[in-house]
Amino acid sequence: MKSLKKVALAAALVLSLAGVAEARDQIRIVGSSTVYPFSSAVAEEFGATNKQFKSPVVESTGSGGGHKLFYAGVGPDTPDITNSSRRMKVEELEANIKNGVTEITEAKIGFDGIVIAQNIGNADMDLSLKDLALAVLEEVPVDGKLAPNPYKTWKQLNPALPDRKIVIYGPPATSGTRDAFVEMVVEKFTGKDETFKAVLGKDAASYKKIRQDGPYVPAGENDNLIVQKLTKDTEAVGIFGYSFLAENKDRIKGCTVGGNPPTFENISSGKYPISRALFFYVKDAHIGKIAGLKEYVELFMSEKMIGDAGYLKTIGLIPLPAAEREKVRKDVTGFKKLTAEDLK
Amino acid sequence: MASLFGIDEKKLLRKRRAAEKRFRLCAIFALFLAGAFLVFFLFNISMKGYPAFQQAELLVTVNYTAEAHDNPYAALDADTVQIVSRSFTRLIPSMMAENSRLIGTTQEQWVLASADTDQYMKGRPNRLKPRHQALVDTMRQEGKARLAFNTGFFEAGDSKLPELAGIRAAAVGSVYVLLITLAISFPVGVMCAVYLEEFAPDNRLTQIIEVNINNLAAIPSILYGLLGLAIFINFMGVARSSALVGGLTLSLMTLPAIIISTRAAIRSIPPSIREAALALGATPLQVVWHHTLPLSLPGILTGTIIGLARAMGETAPLLIVGMMAYIPEAPENFSSAATVLPAQIFTWASDSQRAFSERTAAGIMVLLVFLLGMNGTAIWLRNKYERKW
Repeated sequence: MKSLKKVALAAALVLSLAGVAEARDQIRIVGSSTVYPFSSAVAEEFGATNKQFKSPVVESTGSGGGHKLFYAGVGPDTPDITNSSRRMKVEELEANIKNGVTEITEAKIGFDGIVIAQNIGNADMDLSLKDLALAVLEEVPVDGKLAPNPYKTWKQLNPALPDRKIVIYGPPATSGTRDAFVEMVVEKFTGKDETFKAVLGKDAASYKKIRQDGPYVPAGENDNLIVQKLTKDTEAVGIFGYSFLAENKDRIKGCTVGGNPPTFENISSGKYPISRALFFYVKDAHIGKIAGLKEYVELFMSEKMIGDAGYLKTIGLIPLPAAEREKVRKDVTGFKKLTAEDLK
Repeated sequence: MASLFGIDEKKLLRKRRAAEKRFRLCAIFALFLAGAFLVFFLFNISMKGYPAFQQAELLVTVNYTAEAHDNPYAALDADTVQIVSRSFTRLIPSMMAENSRLIGTTQEQWVLASADTDQYMKGRPNRLKPRHQALVDTMRQEGKARLAFNTGFFEAGDSKLPELAGIRAAAVGSVYVLLITLAISFPVGVMCAVYLEEFAPDNRLTQIIEVNINNLAAIPSILYGLLGLAIFINFMGVARSSALVGGLTLSLMTLPAIIISTRAAIRSIPPSIREAALALGATPLQVVWHHTLPLSLPGILTGTIIGLARAMGETAPLLIVGMMAYIPEAPENFSSAATVLPAQIFTWASDSQRAFSERTAAGIMVLLVFLLGMNGTAIWLRNKYERKW
């Protein structure tokens, strides 16, 4: 009988704990897995150098998942900040306002380049957006009609390229990096290309199906695995974030795009075409209610974090140009309200 | 010589023996293959992971000047700053604020080296500039740079600085989560099994329940995460990312496994024991408490521990309830944010910094030791209390 009592006691204890949802003394951050390393680096710095605050909890949920959690409402059960590897959509802002999250501040923190990399022993490759798009599209125009992508080697789609089989290890359909790649490479090409326009008319820019016949290999969310594959597979190229190229320069190298190598300077100046801005969004109603939120945002926007010699640069964030940085910092630390106008 | 039925029995015998031999070879080969995979995996992980148990340290001169209070980099000379861990330099101002006697002094002390210095001293790829590599080499000759046992790995929580990152917060989180899982799934699971085996009538309803329990045991674990999110977080309001919500979710997942193993254990007890007890006047409750449960306990415990070991290695459901996150501090209570060992391994594995790869492997080694310990306990319990009828 004794053990029965113990069991009942344990169950009661657990249930009594379950009902408690107390106020928070810890910042909660959700969102993009691309921004996650930077956000958690700032969170760590914040926790380590401010003894009066607990380290913020940073979850990697993906940009879309982060916005969804963020616009659930105002209060300690909802996150204070969401990270995003793209700008907030107008629909997401509307959902925020509908749920009472009327005051949001947008912070642009820097850029992330997407690189096309290959084994370091290979001959250099210079790709254009057209080459890349033709290599990954499911269907391309042939004689005025869309036909399944016929290109099997790089040479077939551009005689200047090496006679190598097309093998591309890239992010899977669920990834934000894939969305960004499609938007900045595929859509940019199909929207401007005359042959596509001739076949599809107005819809050309929205044609963005990626081929599934083999040459494009969705390689999972872990970019380290793609890097490892490139060290073994000399035929393949891989698509991933700039920081993975910077860390592995002894065994892989980036392809130039339109003649521009994926360097820090080129991505920062916009010369290298495949790069995107990174953001985070703050729930202004939580400022003053959640301890340390204001201080965290200020630390994030400070020069020693996102500046030209900042800490985040050493782990792969590409800083904004100095003038823009100054302006963004002023807006963010003044908690300027985001409006639908800004997002258009 | 003609045989009895016109069959050459010698040939037949040879054929049968050959078939026997082939079968045995196949079995041995299968065993060898399984063993080879295991050895390869363990070897690979240990080779990658063992360097993480050593950590580079540097003996440097720190000038606690007034200037260093505002700009911590001024406390060290310009080249040394580049090879020392940021985890030390960033704390210089707060160290000076806490201990005013430090101000104005110069101290020689061992500090953590940066991840690149650490990797360079271990002969692994790094991003150290040649000038700093030379500096590390001279310091090493002078005995000012050493590889020491990495106690920090077992004392610290997660960090974005590979040299500072440790496994402790995740290990403590795992223990918290498992405690909750055990506290819920063990009593509930055993009670369910006892009822189904000893008391429930054999009708359509119990058959449906039985089929469902067996099905639940085979469901992909991520579905339990979604269930946990809906019930515990959205409905009951349990704190997201807390050890409590993780433990509750995993206990849902472990329940079917415990019910099934407990039922098997109870069923293996000879009915004669129950009948004898009943014949001597014991009530059904007494039969269960005095005979059935104590006798089936080894089987129940084995099943429970193996169920918990599975829960321990689980990440998918915990991702949904928010435990896959940067949480550097070990949880203080059941409702504070926590992360677990496999989630920690996952976040390290996807980090771009090379120095994290050895930490990942070392984290896997720690997880394996935990699992080995749990499975070892299960075997020990079974051997100790096992009874033959």
